This record gives sequence, structure tokens and C-alpha cells, in this order.
Amino acid sequence: MTATVGRQAQAAARANDVWKVYGSGEAQVVALRGVSAEFERGRFTAIMGPSGSGKSTLMHCLAGLDSVTRGTVAIGETTVTGLNDAGLTKLRRDKVGFIFQQFNLLPTLTAQENILLPLSIAGRKPDPAWYDTVIDTVGLRDRLGHRPSQLSGGQQQRVACARALVARPEVIFADEPTGNLDSRSGAEVLNFLRNSVREHGQTIVMVTHDPTAAAYADRVIFLADGQIVSELIEPTADTVLDTMKKLDTPAEVAR
Amino acid sequence: MFRATWKSLLARKVRLILSGLAVVLGVMFVSGAFVLTDTLGRSFDQVFADAYEGIDVNVAAEPKVTLGEMEGEPVGAPVPAALVEKVRAVPGVAEATGVVAADGARLIGSNGKVVTSFGPPQLGENWLGESDLVTLREGREPRADDEIVVNAALAQAAKVKVGDRVGVLTLEPKKEFTLVGVFGYSGDRDSIGGANEIAFTTPVAQRLMLGEPDVFTNINVTAADGVADETLRDDVARALGAGFQVKTGEQMSADAAEGLKEGLSFFNKVLLGFAAVALLVGTFLILNTFSIIVAQRTRELALMRAIGASGRQIIGSVVLEAVAVGLIASVLGLAAGIGVGALLAYLFGKLAGGLSLAGLGVPAAAVIGAFAVGLVITMIAALLPALRAARIPPIAAMQDVATPDRPLTKVTVGGAVVTAIGAALLFLGLSGNAGDNTLATILGGVLFAFIGVALLTPLISRPVVSLLGAVFAWSVPGKLGRLNSGRNPRRTAITAAALMVGIALVTGVTVILDSAKGSLSALVEDRIKAELVISGAQSGPRPPSFDPAVLEQAARIPGVQLVDGEYGDMASIDGQRTWVGASSNVAALERMFGAKAVAGDISRLGPEEMLVSSDTAKSRNVSVGSQVTVQLSRGEARTYTVSGIYESSQLTNPAVLPPQATKDFAVPQPIQGFVQLAPGARVADVQPQLERLLADSPEVSVADRDAFIKQQTSQVDTLLTMIQILLALAIVIAVLGIINTLALSVLERTRELGLLRAIGLRRAQTMRMITVEAVVISIFGALLGVVVGTGLGAAVVEALKDEGITDLILPWGQMAVFLGLAAIIGVIAAVLPAVRAARINVLGAIAHD
Repeated sequence: MTATVGRQAQAAARANDVWKVYGSGEAQVVALRGVSAEFERGRFTAIMGPSGSGKSTLMHCLAGLDSVTRGTVAIGETTVTGLNDAGLTKLRRDKVGFIFQQFNLLPTLTAQENILLPLSIAGRKPDPAWYDTVIDTVGLRDRLGHRPSQLSGGQQQRVACARALVARPEVIFADEPTGNLDSRSGAEVLNFLRNSVREHGQTIVMVTHDPTAAAYADRVIFLADGQIVSELIEPTADTVLDTMKKLDTPAEVAR
Repeated sequence: MFRATWKSLLARKVRLILSGLAVVLGVMFVSGAFVLTDTLGRSFDQVFADAYEGIDVNVAAEPKVTLGEMEGEPVGAPVPAALVEKVRAVPGVAEATGVVAADGARLIGSNGKVVTSFGPPQLGENWLGESDLVTLREGREPRADDEIVVNAALAQAAKVKVGDRVGVLTLEPKKEFTLVGVFGYSGDRDSIGGANEIAFTTPVAQRLMLGEPDVFTNINVTAADGVADETLRDDVARALGAGFQVKTGEQMSADAAEGLKEGLSFFNKVLLGFAAVALLVGTFLILNTFSIIVAQRTRELALMRAIGASGRQIIGSVVLEAVAVGLIASVLGLAAGIGVGALLAYLFGKLAGGLSLAGLGVPAAAVIGAFAVGLVITMIAALLPALRAARIPPIAAMQDVATPDRPLTKVTVGGAVVTAIGAALLFLGLSGNAGDNTLATILGGVLFAFIGVALLTPLISRPVVSLLGAVFAWSVPGKLGRLNSGRNPRRTAITAAALMVGIALVTGVTVILDSAKGSLSALVEDRIKAELVISGAQSGPRPPSFDPAVLEQAARIPGVQLVDGEYGDMASIDGQRTWVGASSNVAALERMFGAKAVAGDISRLGPEEMLVSSDTAKSRNVSVGSQVTVQLSRGEARTYTVSGIYESSQLTNPAVLPPQATKDFAVPQPIQGFVQLAPGARVADVQPQLERLLADSPEVSVADRDAFIKQQTSQVDTLLTMIQILLALAIVIAVLGIINTLALSVLERTRELGLLRAIGLRRAQTMRMITVEAVVISIFGALLGVVVGTGLGAAVVEALKDEGITDLILPWGQMAVFLGLAAIIGVIAAVLPAVRAARINVLGAIAHD
């Protein structure tokens, strides 16, 4: 179950020749065709691609939310592929954090209770120093007693980020975290995510279709038709946009 | 985790309370039953403790015929007056008093009708003078043979006062007396436990209540100072020898209370039965509510899974909610049950003629029962939805995973198996092969059948609902409503199944009782060759009776061809308890009741002869010429010779004794009379003359055949009405279920409803759409109920064929009423959800989330 130590140990998440096929026969859809990728520790990686490129599927498979048809997925030293429900639950509890497009806060709980929910589910106590750091970083100290309905979209998403961070997971998967936010709130959230990578060494994998958002990442990988087609290190909004444009005309894409 | 569960519970409290209401009602029945029986039980203890207070030891003779549990009070054998002296001579006895106190003294009130007591005895006694317990409130004690005193409760009920001439019915026909006094009891009570009491002088009491002079019902013994009751009892018993029951006052009161408590425990079981029905329906309701809540919270639960909650934690959180609901419902139900128990006890006390109630008690059984039932039922009902919740994949937090409708195969197969088990149990129970467990087997069969059919319902719902819905398909809202009701077959099915249970039980009971009624009328109509019947409605343990002289007088009315008076008594034949009859006119057996001789001569009967039915002949192994020993309620055992055997039928008694034997019957007067008219004679001519003859027998009346049938079946009707009222509760709970399901569906479809409104569906149309959905569901439930109920009823009727229910009568009218009622129920249930749906803010709904 554990991978060998060495260069691979540096990867927080890894996909190895991952195939994902939905349905069968006529209705068969191949979402991923042999994707192999590594997501280094302490880096902010964005996955981009047009609609239907398989970027969300890749993230779901990496996070153990969806099973793969072929190939293997690993988070840190744990091979995700083949884990049973109990194993997957433990994985989600200890190694993975999520940030969703829809924020997905429990409407009945206060901001503070939402942030601490993963820990209380796991029956753990928060590290008070780290908890304070997270709260200060997201800047929600005066809002902790509020319900989600009393918070703005940006604030809700920052609560969601704090919820993902507070458990110090191996990797945080963010699914279009700015998709439901205006550009100012979006920028706030992205800055905050980047800071948590830079300052606290958090690993983040983010799916987005917004080039501006992707520009906050250290690295962008591009998916089209279920395959990785390109990659950018230290991207800017312009380079991302250029690459995206090329993807729209598949003939020009270099394999 | 706990906090998250608790908060989500609070957020949905109204909804959960609504579903918890079913549990509240069920628990209310359970705890109410226990509170009622406990309170009444202790009240009876008190009553009898008072009644036997002044008695240290009591002597009575063994009854001649011991009766079974539901056969009423046995008639005690009298003790000879000489025995009083013998008892008085026993060392330690301060005083021994001969007492006459026998049931069956009926006072004719100032309105000419007999005063009834509805249960408590109507005692005829000898006046023993005033005591610590009894005091004369008015007038004086009875001195002459035609003087009586009565207790205050009876005087009030009869509206008679001191100085009035009043009629009294006893073992003998109506006698007139002067009321010379009214007595009451210590503590300003008008009666003891609702009993009516008439006190005569001792010789009159002996003659009228016991039928012979110089005998007593029992002897009251007071102990000399310093002699313990128990010691005295043993001394007296030793002095008298075998054949007597010698008991202390304490034992007497405990035994008397015990008898009544047996009746109470039966009542308790009936209430618990209805609690079971309410809870069964409630289980469906809670199951559905939790299923819908889980479906609504899919995203939330998936989020919990995504951030690390295990499947077990999800199950735990749903079950925890159930525990909270069950706990709250149990507390409310217990409180309501205590209230209902107290109210029923109060009403019972009133009805029983001022039974003074002991303080309200909440027995441990009520509390334990309430919580056990409330919690267990809620948790069982929530278990399935909890398991389903645990199966929600975490990925559902990110996308609208349309969980595909799981195929119904598993549910259907399960349903078929459970239904088959239910049918097998029913068959076993009804065929009489289950021995002592017959009732349990039948109830188990019914329960399994219900659950089985409920499981099969999703499958049935598809074709039936679309067929029912077709009726409403003429308008767009109707069509949408129909499609909505077919959209989630499981949900529709469970909602309908809840209604099914109530309707099925009502239908089943109606089928059985209607068949019983029909069979009875057919019997009277076709088989009894009498145009007029003398009978009365029984309101206590003793059947109404009339003056036997009327029979001879009736025979002399012109146009009357044959008159027969029927007597009955529980006798012991060769040591075995058997109901025996006697006819004033033995010839009636053949000529009026169509009996056929199997052996010997059944048209006449000598004073030492008896007739038996073919069944009795077989079971007792007797034939014509056999000698049989018969012990009646009174008198000594006698030997009769079987002179004839007739074919058993529903109209014949197991055995027939000669008229001379009736003086030893518990009721030595005819309890029914049959009058056959000569050809050409008119009922209208004879009936008034017969009525005049019965002027002094106010307990009975003359009825023609139709009226007689009505009289006989009126008790069945009363029973049916009571059962229907109690089962209506199950239907009310089911209606709550429909409201709940619809309200949740509306909430679930907020967006969809908003869209429909946005594209032009009017408010009224929206409401109509919801209403059609409700009506379709409730008619579907009622239809299932009618079908299942008819099946169950028919099965029971088939099994009771030998008991005299020969005709299966299906209450088509009632069934139509149920279906119509279901439509109305649907409309009512739809009101709130429909209003809510119509009020949906269009913009808000579409922008929602």
C-alpha cells in the first residue's frame, strides 16, 4: 500500500495511467484516457480545460470520490485505488480537504461550527495555534458566530477554505472555488489559497476554467478529451489564455 | 457531529413533530390504557374493601355450577338457616348473621321502565339494619312483607320517593311494594360501586331472591375481640366441614375485585390493540418522513461524507434524530395518555353510577410502555432511511447526482415472500390448527399481510395510479398531478399503505360483522316459523325475562296457533359445563324451529326425560335411553333419561330439559317467547293484545320478525360503530401522512413549481395539481385497503362457517363510501401543501440556490 520513498514521496497526489469510462455499449463515454500526473507537495496546481475535457472527473478520481476504470491513484503514501468505504472515509478524514463551487456549508451551523465540523466528525481537537492562524488568515474572527445565510458569498467561501485548512490535510481539492463569486471576492479567496501554499506549505489542486484564477497557481495542466495536452509553470493570465485558445483548435495542439 | 445532528433537528422541528404525532397518538393509547386500568383497578379495590369492611369472616356454599371467565357470575348455592346457629356456636364468633344478597332484583321506575345498572349487580337483599356502613337517610326499615327500602342511587335513578308503590321483578314476576325508606352509605355515598340495592324483609328476600324459605346467600361472621380473622376463618371452616367457602372479608374483597379486573384486562387489551394499529400506521408515516428528509439532505449528507464522516456516523446521526423525535413523542404521548386515562376513568365512574375513583395513578407499566413503544417504533421506522443515507456517495456534494431509481425487484420479491408468510399464518390460524396460539397467529398473519402488501405497493402503484390518474388527465394541472404521484412509487406507496391499514381493518371488520348480521337475519327470516317474538335487550349480566303466565294467556288469543317460551341455564351435565334450554312447549322444536328427529321422539318430553342435539349426543357419547345427571344453577342434581335426539342446528340448544326443570334455572322465567299465528291471522291484530299481556313485564317487548331482526343486530351495529370510531384514528394518522408527504414534495419541488408558475401556471392550477396528486394517492390507498380488507374479512368469514356465519356479505355501499371518503381526505390533505405551493415566490424559486 505504501509507495517507495524517494522522488515519488515528494508528490502529494499522483495519477498513474488513469482511465475512466462511464456507461457501456452505445452510451459509453470515455472521460479520462490514460492520464498520468503528479502534484507536488507544497505547490498550487490548477487543472484547466474546456467543458467535458475530464478535468472534474480527474479531480474526483484523485480525491477518491469516484473510482477509476483502469490505472492507479495515490494520495501521499496511500494508494487510493481499491480502498473500501472505510479506507476512503479515513482518507477523506485525514488526508484530503475539499472546497466546493457551491460553498456547501451546513446552513444550521455557525461559521465556527462549520469550520470545526471535519475535526469534530473525526473526533479530534483543533490545534489552537493553527486554528488561530487559519482564522486570522481568512479574516473571519468577527464573523464566527454568524450563520452562512448571514454571510456574503466571499465570506462563505472563506469559511469553506478555513474548514478545508484547519485539518491540515495532505492535499486540498478545490472545485471551481471562484465560480460563484464576483471578481473581487474571487481574488480574495485565491490570494488566500496561494498564501496558504506559500506560507504554510499546503498542497492545493484546483479545477477551474477561469484563466485569471489559474494564474494564481504555480503550475497549470491542461486537459482536453480526457488527456493531458499541455502544462505551464509559473503561469500568467495571458499565457493561460493563449494555451486555452490553442486547445480550442485541436489541430494545433502539440502532443 | 452530535451538534450538527442536533442543529439540523431543530431546523426541522415542525416537520418532525408532525410525523411524531403518529407516535404521540400510539403512545397515548398505550399509556392511557395502563393509567385507566390502574385507576379503575384501585377504585374497585377500594369499593370492595368498603363493602366488606364490617365482615371479618364470610361463609357461603360452593356454587352448584362453576362458570367460565366470560360467562357471568355464578349463582351461589344457598346456605340453610340452621347453619347460622352452627356458626354462631363456633368459639371466637361474636355474631353470625344470615344474609340474602343476590343479583336480579329489578325496580320498575316511575316511567314504567326497568332501571338497569349497565354492569354492576342489582342486588335483592334482606334488611339487616343500620350499621357503620349503611344508614337510612329517609323513612324507616321494612317491616311488612310488602315494604322495601332501596339505596339512594337507585331511588334517584328510578325517580321514586318514600311512600310510592313500586313494582319489583325478581325470580318471580312483578310484585308491588311500598317504598318505606332510602338508605345511603358512610362517606355520603349513594351506592357502592354503582350497584342497585333493594332490601326486603328476610322471608320475602329468601322467597323472591333465592326461591326457597329459610336459606341465605351467605353468613357474615364478626370475630370476638382478640380473635384474628384468619384464625376464625380456619376454625369456622373446620367446624362446618367440606362444601363451604369460608373466607375473610379481605379475601372476599380481593376476590370480588379480581373478577372485575379480569374484565378490565380485556378492555386493556382492546385499547392496546388500537394502539398497535395507530403505531403500525405511524411507522409508515415516520419511515416516509425520514426518507424524504434524507432525500432532501442528500447534498448535506454527501458533504459530511466528503469531509470525513463514515457511513456509520451518518446512520448514527439519522437514528439520533429518530431517538430525539421518539423521546419527545413519548413524553407528549405519555402526558396525553395520562389525560385520556383520567378522562376515561372519570366517564367510566359516571357511567357506572357514581363509582368513586381512587386517586389517579401512573403505573410503571405506563411509563415504560410509553418510552419503549415510542422509541422502538421511531427507531425501527428511521432505520431504512438511515441505511439509505449512508449509501449517499460523497461526490453528490459536488454535482446533482441523479440517484437512479433502484429497481423494485428486491422490494417486490420481499413483499411477495412476506405476504405469503402472512397468508400462511392466516390460513393456519383460521383453520384452527394453531391450538392455543390461534389469536396470536391470526394477528401475526394480518400484520405480515399488511407489511407484505405495503412492500408490494410500489409495484402495484404504477399501473393503478396511472389508471386512477387518467380520470383527472383532462386538464394540464390534473395531468401534472397524476405524473407527480407516479414519480416516486416508493413514496406514494408508503403514503398510500398507511391509509390502507386503517381502511383495510375497517373494511375487514365490516365484512365480518355484516356477514354475521346477514347470516342471522337469514336464519330468522327463513328458519323460525314465528310471526311475533317476545324479547328484550340485555344490558347487564342477566338476560331480560318475563312472566311465564303470559305464555298461557297468549295461547288463548284468537289467531295464535303455537306459543313457545324459551328458558336457558348454564348446567353441569355429567360434570361438564353445558348450556341447556327448556321450552314451555316442546312441540315447538319441530314445528317452530324445524328440528328433525335423529332418534327417539322429540315431539314430547316427560318430567324425567330430556332431549339432546346430535352434536351433544356425539360428544357426550349418549344415545336414547342413556341416563344423564344434570346439575342446574339451583337445587339438587337430577337424573334424566334421554328420550330423543334432534339434529343440531344454529337454532337448537345443546340439550332440552322439561319445563318442570326451569324452577332451578338461574333465571327461572322465559327469556324469549315465540308466537306462531294461524293461517289468515294478522300480526297487526295479535300484536296489541300480546303487548297488553306484557304490561307487567317491562323488560321485554313484542316485535314482529323485522323488528326482531333489527333488535338482534343492533348490538352488532353498536360494536361496528365503536370499532369504526377507534379505527378512524388510524385513518386520521394516515391523513397526516399524506399532508406530510405532499408538504415535503412541494418543498422538494420548489424550483420546479417556480418554473411552472414562471411559464404561466396559475395559482389555482398549481393548487389543482397538488390536489390531484393527493386525491390519487388517497384513493389508491383506500382501494388497496378495501381489497385487502375484503380479502381478510372473507377469510375470517370462511373460517367461521361452522360458527354460524354462513353468508359472505360484502358491504358494497360502505366500500363506495370509503372510496368517496378517500377522495375527500385527499382534498383536505392537499389544502395546506397546495396553498404553500401556490404561494411560492416565482423569482425566488428559480433563483433558489
